[in-house]
Amino acid sequence: MIWQLDLVILTLVVICGIGSLMIKDLLGAAILFGAYSFMMCVLWAVMGAVDVAFTEASVGAGVSTVFFVAAVFHTTRRTKD
Amino acid sequence: MLIWASGEFPPWGDPNSPASLHVSPRYIEKTMEETSVPNAVTSVLADYRGYDTMFETTVIFAAGVSCFMLLRLFSGRERSSHHYRHILTGLTLRVRRKGKQLPELEEFEPMDSLWTPYDLILRTLCRFLIPFIQLFALYVIAHGHHSPGGGFQGGVILGASMILLAISQDMRSALRRIRERTLAIFSVAGVAIYAGTGALCLILGSNFLDYAALSRIFPVDPVGARSLGIFLVEVGVGIAVMATMIVIYHNLASEGFLDEGL
Repeated sequence: MIWQLDLVILTLVVICGIGSLMIKDLLGAAILFGAYSFMMCVLWAVMGAVDVAFTEASVGAGVSTVFFVAAVFHTTRRTKD
Repeated sequence: MLIWASGEFPPWGDPNSPASLHVSPRYIEKTMEETSVPNAVTSVLADYRGYDTMFETTVIFAAGVSCFMLLRLFSGRERSSHHYRHILTGLTLRVRRKGKQLPELEEFEPMDSLWTPYDLILRTLCRFLIPFIQLFALYVIAHGHHSPGGGFQGGVILGASMILLAISQDMRSALRRIRERTLAIFSVAGVAIYAGTGALCLILGSNFLDYAALSRIFPVDPVGARSLGIFLVEVGVGIAVMATMIVIYHNLASEGFLDEGL
């Protein structure tokens, strides 16, 4: 395990996670959440849990992002709070 | 406080941590001789912890059913207007009378209200890509014994390929490939295959989900039967997850009308 790589991925996970909570645009939040899932997937793979990484990539970064986008499509794109 | 508490965790990969002292070594050492499955994660998920995975599949199925119940609009409720296109001239037609649809004519085809001209590159590329995605999904399901993957991941990829079809073309053509009724049957059948495999072991005189009993009806030894049982179960999980993902997407994207989506 390369600690520089680990640090970069962890920082990206935190940035994507906080960003998806902070951003006003719901579509952007959905995409950032997908990016968060993908970074999490890379982190699992770095730690050697390949099965979990696979699930995270297919479910978290793939299908759930599509579900979020489909849901945002039928509501307002801006949040009020 | 959570971060402070996580400082007390054993370090990463510590051989003396409680988790890797009692249960894990037994699984890692005995997996090959007991189930003949090289990938220990698959054998733990589908065999040693078979109950967990079965109820995980049931949870997925329940999520699909609840999405269907919340979002699906049944007959009698439909959109206030329908759009049709004259195929030869490209003329569009809007029928605003509620409950009245054009009869099935050869010259007119139904179209989405938010229709955009089809992108040739996107459509062709997706058409070209979808068979490969599905083939890869089948490989993931069937090869879960030897490499990362299994029923859950393969099912999700299989479902995602049909969702890609619905996005890249339109929902009508995706629904022509797999009808709603077929999807409902598939999602029930997947869970039933899993539970049925367990019940079959029960009938053959062993515990529920003890796949070694399958060697009495299939021409394999008890160790091979456990491998076979894991495969049957993975197929069930794959079918259930695939159908459920497509059902959730269709209901979510079309507001329950199941005619037009993203």
